[in-house]
Amino acid sequence: MDKMPGWADAVLVPLISLLLAAILSALVIIGIGEDPVAAFKLMVDGALMRSSGWGYTLYYATNFIFTGLAVAVAFHARLFNIGGEGQAMIGGLGVALACLYIPWPNWYVALLGATVSAALFGAMWALIPAYLQAKRGSHIVITTIMFNFIAAAVLNYILVNILRPQGAMDPATARFPEAAQLPTFQDMFSTAETAMFRGAPANVTFFLAVFMCLAVWVLIWRTKLGYEIRSFGQSESAAKYAGISPIKITVVAMLISGGLAGMMALNTTMGEAERLVMNATEGAGFIGIAVALMGRSHPLGVLLAALLFGFLYQGGAELALWTNIPRELIVVIQALVILFTGALDNMVRMPLEKLFLAARRKA
Amino acid sequence: MNTAVAAPETDPLLASVPPAIQLKGISKAFGPVQANKNISISVKPGTIHGIIGENGAGKSTLMSILYGFYKADSGQIFINGKETQIPDSQAAIKAGIGMVFQHFKLVQNFTVLENVILGAEDGPLLRPSLNKARGVLKQLAEEYELNVDPDAIIENLSVGHQQRVEILKALYRQADILILDEPTGVLTPAEADHLFRILDNLRKEGKTIILITHKLREIMDATDTVSVMRRGEMTATVKTAETSPERLAEMMVGRKVLLQVDKKPAEPGKPVLEVENLRLTDEKGVERLKGISLNVLAGEILGIAGVAGNGQSELLEVLGGYANATGTIRVNGQEIDLTGKHSDGQSRRARGIAHVPEDRHREGLIMPFTAWENTVFGYHRDPKIQSGMLMDNAAIKAEAAAKMERFDVRPPNPKLAARNFSGGNQQKIVLAREIERNPDILLVGQPTRGVDIGAIEFIHQQIIRLRDEGKAILLVSVELDEIFSLSDRIAVMFDGQIMGERIPSETNEKELGLLMAGITDTAHAKMPASPMAMSEEEVQEAAEIEADAQAESELTPEVPQDAEAPSETEVKLTTTDAGAEVAPVEAQVDETAPDIRTDAAPDISADDETKTEAPAAADIASPTMPHEEPMTFSTDPVDVETPPAKTEAISLGSLSATLTQSTPERPKSPDTKSDPIKDPEEGGKDG
Repeated sequence: MDKMPGWADAVLVPLISLLLAAILSALVIIGIGEDPVAAFKLMVDGALMRSSGWGYTLYYATNFIFTGLAVAVAFHARLFNIGGEGQAMIGGLGVALACLYIPWPNWYVALLGATVSAALFGAMWALIPAYLQAKRGSHIVITTIMFNFIAAAVLNYILVNILRPQGAMDPATARFPEAAQLPTFQDMFSTAETAMFRGAPANVTFFLAVFMCLAVWVLIWRTKLGYEIRSFGQSESAAKYAGISPIKITVVAMLISGGLAGMMALNTTMGEAERLVMNATEGAGFIGIAVALMGRSHPLGVLLAALLFGFLYQGGAELALWTNIPRELIVVIQALVILFTGALDNMVRMPLEKLFLAARRKA
Repeated sequence: MNTAVAAPETDPLLASVPPAIQLKGISKAFGPVQANKNISISVKPGTIHGIIGENGAGKSTLMSILYGFYKADSGQIFINGKETQIPDSQAAIKAGIGMVFQHFKLVQNFTVLENVILGAEDGPLLRPSLNKARGVLKQLAEEYELNVDPDAIIENLSVGHQQRVEILKALYRQADILILDEPTGVLTPAEADHLFRILDNLRKEGKTIILITHKLREIMDATDTVSVMRRGEMTATVKTAETSPERLAEMMVGRKVLLQVDKKPAEPGKPVLEVENLRLTDEKGVERLKGISLNVLAGEILGIAGVAGNGQSELLEVLGGYANATGTIRVNGQEIDLTGKHSDGQSRRARGIAHVPEDRHREGLIMPFTAWENTVFGYHRDPKIQSGMLMDNAAIKAEAAAKMERFDVRPPNPKLAARNFSGGNQQKIVLAREIERNPDILLVGQPTRGVDIGAIEFIHQQIIRLRDEGKAILLVSVELDEIFSLSDRIAVMFDGQIMGERIPSETNEKELGLLMAGITDTAHAKMPASPMAMSEEEVQEAAEIEADAQAESELTPEVPQDAEAPSETEVKLTTTDAGAEVAPVEAQVDETAPDIRTDAAPDISADDETKTEAPAAADIASPTMPHEEPMTFSTDPVDVETPPAKTEAISLGSLSATLTQSTPERPKSPDTKSDPIKDPEEGGKDG
């Protein structure tokens, strides 16, 4: 029998981890002479209590959903794709090229086209490490992390030397045409009387992200391909016995993963900046790893974890703005959350398992 | 630590001697599972005590408690009459307990010496410890036939030698009580035989040995007393001499067990599977299959017998589509692709080949997957279980429940992960999946490995039922009993080749044993009436003569005519397997006087021969086995590369005794040396 009921594994363990991280963070905040309760209130206020706060939280969450899904899909094939950052950068290039050079009639056709372009560019960036892993056994962790640096350099070169408009100082592309600009939540939900999500960057790609959660769930748990990805991830020797090609699964899983990471650029580039800038990814590719870990590589888990990290990002920004708590401390708090939910998972899990076993024995 | 009991040790039967180990009322539960229930056991010093039971009976749990891995929920442990707390393995070592695990705990790229001192170093500098260990090892090697080159790297050692290192580790830590957990699971018969000789020597020195196994034969052969465990309880402890395999089996499963399988005579039809000249070279460049040809007819079971590692696994992998080979395979007369895109597990299944792989953990099942997900593994692309783009999970679940019902999988819960089923039930899931596809050909590898006796019966019945439906079945098993009870024809594999085919009713374990050792000329290889043809004194004598010869290797050897080339003598020593020792001295002590038979005089009887020929053998051996390169002799027959050529000495007595159940009274004395048999046809050079 499994040691714990499924709900405890999926809900209780992350919740307790989170609580522990919060307690530790509170201690740190006390340590620098601030009031943790007030700080927490401020975070909640800033991130969740106003619609514009939600607008930021959801904007960040959108990034994390995409990169979290990307890492999760690769995880199912037991591939550790930490190249989400680079794949998203190159995905941004795909978005920019599609938006700048194709005359789209309106935003939803543009979104569709840019989505395909972003996914293709991101997937292509994942293809080379995938191929090297599948055929040559070059470790995917090493290659993808190196490809992050290459992506940054490539993007830098292209922005500075090719895509930068004449006379502009900024290493960025020109502004996308009107038809290729996505409606923000402000555009979508504000009425004449009340302005909603004022100034917030959240935009229609959030819904695309949620849809991708569903799509990934279907892919992993309902299709042949997902079955093969999971089989391969759990046991390569068994996959070979069953006639599942390790090469094919490695490449396909990485292409999907890279595609999802690339799609993150829709949110930052097309939805928010409306042009491609350097460092548009803001480290979201790496946060995706934590999101996937915390979300147990399940799309629903990824969605929830992404929301949490969105809250931490936005709440942290508020803290830095309104208190003496330095920006760096926010990073510490985020790190603690990652530490407890990812790395120290067993610290929470094992005592819990014992508790459940003891309870069952009594029953 | 034995000083207190030293005096009475001379008569271990005296009631005054405290038992070496006494467990009283040990209980241990894992969650709702009661792994050990109120177990009491008492083992006299200087004996070998067997613990036998089905998988999951609680044997390993009990020993883990004794070794400090688990803490018992209740109960007491007495070592040499003194109550002892064993909270961890350090305490167990201190109490004089050593454990040899089923899966060795050795650092693969360390030398033997380094492994032996690991965790038992005397000071910050390694050199003094290493030197001390070298001395101790030498002494142990002499005392117990525990010969291992102290400077060999572990990964270069055969499994049998690695196990000896484990034993040496325990002895180096001054263990008086040695626990061996399923020690023979990974050994060749000859290696197993050597192990039992070592254990016997240890017993003679007053060590107490606990042998955990589920092989009845080993219990009968090696132990003084035996305890039977069933479902966490100790059901009986008896003297081995006063029981029988049947009785033990009955106690293990709690009912009478049919060790024989009822089956009708086969009604073979046309050939369904035809294999011609199959060759496979692995990535290390070793040729694993050397031109295999065989046919399997409709409605028959072809059993492939052989010592593990002689190419059977590779044969299954090629037929199952996940290893590349050259040659021809025809299914129902039509050739199938052996390489490239159209050669994988999927293509084989499409051609009606179902495969129950040898290792259900690594291949047959995805352990974390649910049972229902596993029931379509390999067949998941079947259009019948798709609805549109998606897999029809509802249909798969319903079908899985029905299959599990039909194959008596317990518990019949398709939502349970595969890893939560017992070995037998896991195997039933695999069988249900493969058999229910109604294949033309069923490949079965080790169908009952690690499966409890109750499930074995069921699995055998299912295989025979499929045969009776007119399917072609290729059975690979290292259990000779299983081969005999199921097969309609038996093919024996050795060194990547088929050595011969036999009809079960027209052959016996001895003949198959010879074939499994690579000896085809079974008619000429006359067997001595008893495998123990040589008396103790004779063995002694032969050994002494050898030792002399060894010392003065100048002696002109009495070389048989066809054994003049050095390679031939090497061949002989290589294939003696258990005797292929680190140093020549061992080779002789171990395997004793391998006598040499020449082509010209192929049937000298073993009795006369051993005495006269022993010195010759020793002489030949010494020049070809320099001390400098002791480890080049492999005990693994697969490493033998050159085609069968010249001489061969096989310790047949040991081989057949290990392979068959019909010789339950194998004496414990290590005199299997007495009946070496050589065949002029066979041999090989060490790779």
